[in-house]
Amino acid sequence: MNSNTNTVPLSNISIGNNCKIANIEHKGLMRRRILDLGIIPGTAVECVRRGPSGDPTAYYIRGTTIALRNEDAAKINVYPI
Amino acid sequence: MNYATKSQALSNLWEDSNKIRTTSENIFSDKIVSDIYKSAELIAKKSVRKNSKKLDFTSKLDNILTSKITGYPIMLIILGFILWLTISGANFPSKILAKALFSIQDILTGLFLATGAPDWLHGVLVLGLYRSSAWVLSVMLPPMAIFFPLFTLLEDLGVLPRVAFNLDHLFKKAKACGKQSLTMCMGFGCNAAGVVSCRIIDSPRERLIAILTNNFVPCNGRYPTLIAIGTIFGAGSLAQQYQTTVAAGIITILILIGIAVTFTVSWLLSHTLLKGEASSMVLELPPYRKPKILSVIYRSIIDRTLFVLKRALIIAAPAGAITWIMANVFIGDFSILTHTANFLQPVAGAIGLDGFILLAFILGLPANEIVFPILIMSYLSNGYIVELDSITELQNLLVSNGWTWLTAVNTMIFCLLHWPCATTLITTLKETGSKKWTFLAFLMPTCIAFAVCFILTQTVHILGLI
Amino acid sequence: MHSLPIDHSIILRNLFGITPKQNQAVIALAGNPNVGKSTLFNALTGLRQHTGNWPGKTVDNAQGAFTYKDKSFLLIDLPGTYSILAHTVEEEIARDFICFGKPNVTLVVLDATSMERNLNLALQVMEITSNIVVCVNLIDEAKKQNIIVDTTLLENELGVPVIATSARNKTGLKELCETLYLVARGKLITQPKNITYSEEIENAVNILLPKIEQLNIGCILNPRWVALRLLDGDKKIISNICRYLDLQPSKYYEREVEITL
Repeated sequence: MNSNTNTVPLSNISIGNNCKIANIEHKGLMRRRILDLGIIPGTAVECVRRGPSGDPTAYYIRGTTIALRNEDAAKINVYPI
Repeated sequence: MNYATKSQALSNLWEDSNKIRTTSENIFSDKIVSDIYKSAELIAKKSVRKNSKKLDFTSKLDNILTSKITGYPIMLIILGFILWLTISGANFPSKILAKALFSIQDILTGLFLATGAPDWLHGVLVLGLYRSSAWVLSVMLPPMAIFFPLFTLLEDLGVLPRVAFNLDHLFKKAKACGKQSLTMCMGFGCNAAGVVSCRIIDSPRERLIAILTNNFVPCNGRYPTLIAIGTIFGAGSLAQQYQTTVAAGIITILILIGIAVTFTVSWLLSHTLLKGEASSMVLELPPYRKPKILSVIYRSIIDRTLFVLKRALIIAAPAGAITWIMANVFIGDFSILTHTANFLQPVAGAIGLDGFILLAFILGLPANEIVFPILIMSYLSNGYIVELDSITELQNLLVSNGWTWLTAVNTMIFCLLHWPCATTLITTLKETGSKKWTFLAFLMPTCIAFAVCFILTQTVHILGLI
Repeated sequence: MHSLPIDHSIILRNLFGITPKQNQAVIALAGNPNVGKSTLFNALTGLRQHTGNWPGKTVDNAQGAFTYKDKSFLLIDLPGTYSILAHTVEEEIARDFICFGKPNVTLVVLDATSMERNLNLALQVMEITSNIVVCVNLIDEAKKQNIIVDTTLLENELGVPVIATSARNKTGLKELCETLYLVARGKLITQPKNITYSEEIENAVNILLPKIEQLNIGCILNPRWVALRLLDGDKKIISNICRYLDLQPSKYYEREVEITL
């Protein structure tokens, strides 16, 4: 599915770095939830912090900080900036 | 168009739109959301001006609260502090409330005497119903009036999502949801309220796990039993001011045990009865806000404290009446209460308790607060619940009834793990809509409590530690 | 335009558990989670509120009353949702109430610090009803983050009244009540701007429109909006329309997934 070599999973982005959403591999309810939050292709995302054990990770998106588990962030592909 | 044709037309309409939708590879949903957001972006660009980047205070505080090193210790400290405040703050008001309510009881007794009402009626209504309600009120209201506002304050501050953030990975291992940490916290105040709060969990499977395990964190109603026993056997010889700290410490340890049990049972449920994969979690971390203290206090007292109290009284009152009857109706030489306790002795003994303790827990099904007073009443065999003021008196009473440190530990563990109170069970039924799961909510903790106490008791005996 | 086929108070009572008094205007309170909806709700209704569940669902429902000038209002706090495209129970409740419950005014509360995401919801609501007032809340929080919202410009863009508030600090509430009052009494007419979708979608909508218009439910629902919902794959809208028309649980009504032992 991910044939574009420019994209990486969101979970690869390290703290303090920014990226832009490329596509979302989630399906079903989680996909809807992510889209409804404004995580759509083209959206700018900043990786803010990680939990004490490395999971979940908090991202700053459209004015809100939202935490996602690493497996979930891995299914969101982004262009690093 | 009448209804039949309309619904047929609607069906056709659905078919038609389906055709269009599926021929375009289902991208309509995505596009619709994208397009709305595009409009939103345009409008926001025109009407919103952002001058500098997002804030610092929240970032700075989060750096401390969620860091590898300081995150967990701080959460533990906050927990301990809240418990300490709840226990020490409630002490004095509880005594005053008890004094006041029991003096009203004297007035009631006077009334009964004056009207020449039969003794048994006075017993059931005043010594049973009223007295246990008064007890529940004086024991439950002060700690709840402190705990719930503190909890609501944390909510208002914005701290709770951070707790979920920190603990999520543990819940993920148990294939549950990070938000379960929040429902657990609510359970510290009242398990029934904890069960209702499970609504914040979206996945039905994970919500059920959270509901079923909520019982393993002790609610305010169980603190008196835990504090009393912990203080007597743990800190009986220490000076008054240390006793509160030790009591808070003991409860903290028990809570940690309860939390460990919660994780274990959640894990077990996820691999047996409620098999499933961990679902996705999306957690919002709002900025920290200065809490509106007065409105927090007001809201928490009205919405939570009084509400929980009302329910508890409705249930505790009849329980008190029944207990009085059992304690004062004699068959042969002994009261029904004693007969039942003797009957339960074999089972109770095997798990390190005695018949009276087990019976007290059973009679405390409606409300956990009355467990300890019922126990004291049974030992004193004076037929009505009573409070002994001094720790020494209590200690003597227990020891002279065969208590050892093992009994104390088993009682506290049984208190922590046993079946949920009636209110929680009713609430579970309402929230799950299923008798099956409510029955499991009763059965599972019971079995676990028996098993753990049994193993502990037998191990100690085998090792010759007692 | 013909009148509603069923007595509206029956709908409100049976489907939503709401019984407004005579001449009491019903206001629906919608918004994302964490925008201060509850704070606003409490600020407006004070003690005169009561909480319960939405009929047949384990989702909180809060109702409260307040009076402004000579009008009495019943404020219904809808569940906080990120959108009302109705994929979760909460979204469905919010959507159904705004659609079928037909409140006199829908008050959409936005978070001034995340306008894009919040506008997403506002725009969706604007597609359903034109009796809408937008409230930009947390304006104090925005100030701290150096975010400035131009409410006049926003009003022009949206075509509906926009009031800035800080429910926590109780600022902007008077203007808000005044606006609610004017809209409820029909003295302030709103003209919500339509969202233009991309070509594919607009084309598809145009194909479906005539068939929808044939059903003559224009008095209940905006046909264009129904078309969009169908294209979104929202099957429940069909059964909910049936249920509304019929006031009986429709046999098309899908039950929520229940876990069984």
